[in-house]
Amino acid sequence: MSKIVVETKKTTLSASYKTSKSLVNRIGYGLLYFVLGVIAIIQIYPLVWLFLFSLKTNQEVFGKSPFALPEDPQWGNYVKAWTTGHIDIYFFNSVLYTVVAVVLTVILASFVTFAITRMQWKLSGFVLGLFMAGYMIPLHSTLIPLFNFFKTANLIDNPVSVILSYVAFNLPITIMILTGFYKTLPREIEEAAVMDGCSIHRIFFQITLPMTVPVLSTTIIINMIYNWNEFVFVNTFLSSDKWKTITVGVNNFVGQYLTDWGAIGATLMISIIPVLIAYFLLSDRIVEGIAAGSVKG
Amino acid sequence: MKSVMSNKWVISLYVLPSLILILLLIYIPIFLTGYYGLMDWNGIGQMKFIGLENYIELVQDKKFWQSTWHSLLLGIFSTLSLVGYLILSLILASKIKGANVLRKIYLIPMLLSSVAIGQLWAKIFDPTNGMLNRLLVLLGVENPPLWLADSNIVLYALFIPIVWQYAGFYIIIFYAALKNVPEELIEAAKIDGASPIQIAYKIKVPLIAGVIKVMVILAIVGSLKYFDLIFVLTGGGPNGASEVMASYMYTEAFNKYNFGYGSAIGFGLLVICLVMTWIIQKLLSSKENVDF
Repeated sequence: MSKIVVETKKTTLSASYKTSKSLVNRIGYGLLYFVLGVIAIIQIYPLVWLFLFSLKTNQEVFGKSPFALPEDPQWGNYVKAWTTGHIDIYFFNSVLYTVVAVVLTVILASFVTFAITRMQWKLSGFVLGLFMAGYMIPLHSTLIPLFNFFKTANLIDNPVSVILSYVAFNLPITIMILTGFYKTLPREIEEAAVMDGCSIHRIFFQITLPMTVPVLSTTIIINMIYNWNEFVFVNTFLSSDKWKTITVGVNNFVGQYLTDWGAIGATLMISIIPVLIAYFLLSDRIVEGIAAGSVKG
Repeated sequence: MKSVMSNKWVISLYVLPSLILILLLIYIPIFLTGYYGLMDWNGIGQMKFIGLENYIELVQDKKFWQSTWHSLLLGIFSTLSLVGYLILSLILASKIKGANVLRKIYLIPMLLSSVAIGQLWAKIFDPTNGMLNRLLVLLGVENPPLWLADSNIVLYALFIPIVWQYAGFYIIIFYAALKNVPEELIEAAKIDGASPIQIAYKIKVPLIAGVIKVMVILAIVGSLKYFDLIFVLTGGGPNGASEVMASYMYTEAFNKYNFGYGSAIGFGLLVICLVMTWIIQKLLSSKENVDF
């Protein structure tokens, strides 16, 4: 496929050769875009289908074509999901835990990255390695001890357990992304500030931190998506309805309303809309964050 | 300058809170998992030391090895599918129009929670009302499969949403790596008369071998850790046909309250992940790695 793409740039020899070549090119291009387009449809259509059945009645879902548009859009499904399924509480909890954990993670990770890349101390390489290796540890191998630890600390069914876990498990990837950026930053301004007798905290907060705003926004959005989607910690550490997040709440809701497809669809839509909006607005940052976080590791 | 930038108090203040957090919540727990595996414990009452009993049982436990095999199988599928992602990335990175939009579209499922994806695909796989079987019936298939309810195909069926979820992720990474390949090398090869396929195979792929290696590790170790999607879609069923290591551990500990045995499984999971990472690194290290 890529052969054709490159060959279009070559200058061709004779006129007849040129026309037959361009016909092949066109067919090749057409085929190429057809395949790429089909894959794009496969990636998106399930979500379109979800949106469609979230607006349908059960009769429509079971009786009519699954590809048909809803006859009379049932926005009531969304009202039902929001009010009877505790989705409003879950949604609020998700926002709260996500925001608190993201703020803590990004600040703590910035402190660590600054100390590791800017300050001189013997163990900095070892400590950086400890943070990086945390990325490889399977979360499930820590789950039982974590459960026991939080139980002993009286933090089971308390959101603090979930927020602390989010911060700990997101620190490695956040520090990984930040370190890559800090290493490319010029040090002259910081060095000049040291000469001027500026305190280290002022250097960090007033010089370094503002310079890292682009990468901070990348790590913030990546962290937000991870936390918003997290399932195991909430499902294991929190048991009261008043503390659960939307991800776990959706799962429980579906368990209770097994056959009400419209309400289930509406609940799923509510849980994914914030992420879709964030992606629509910040897709470059998100793509960058995903690429940076894995390639540099 | 030295003294300010090597002030021990400041370094401690900046590093210790995070360090304590990851030691407390990541590193100490992985050792404790191994230790709890030596206990008979229901999670609530007193722990009773029983030596290696759980681990001996684990080594002989057919269900554990079956779930390990399922996890490995998913890892093998994921690794094989990397070839497809790589080809797609090579196409997208060869300066075609719309590549940027396409890769962003491909990534969308990756941003959704595994729970939402699981619940959505539970509906897609629904034997009578799901999108998939409705489509198959429309295409003239008389007895479409039961998908998740059929223990012979459930694991393969589960791999469909997994590919759907992760394809965009791998494509983004391969694409980013391919964009880093120096343009001069490709131009030089073109002048020497190399075909685009030769350029892809002989220049681009070897140059991103390091990234490919990391992705193979990620695909296999990531598969060994799969949990959310399978837990939501099948819970390991029917009849253990889709049980993976993490779901087996979770069920033993948090549903059956065998915390001691669950810990032993968790420790087994950790050891298998580390061993697999080591093996893949050994296997792939003989190949040339070009850094740029």
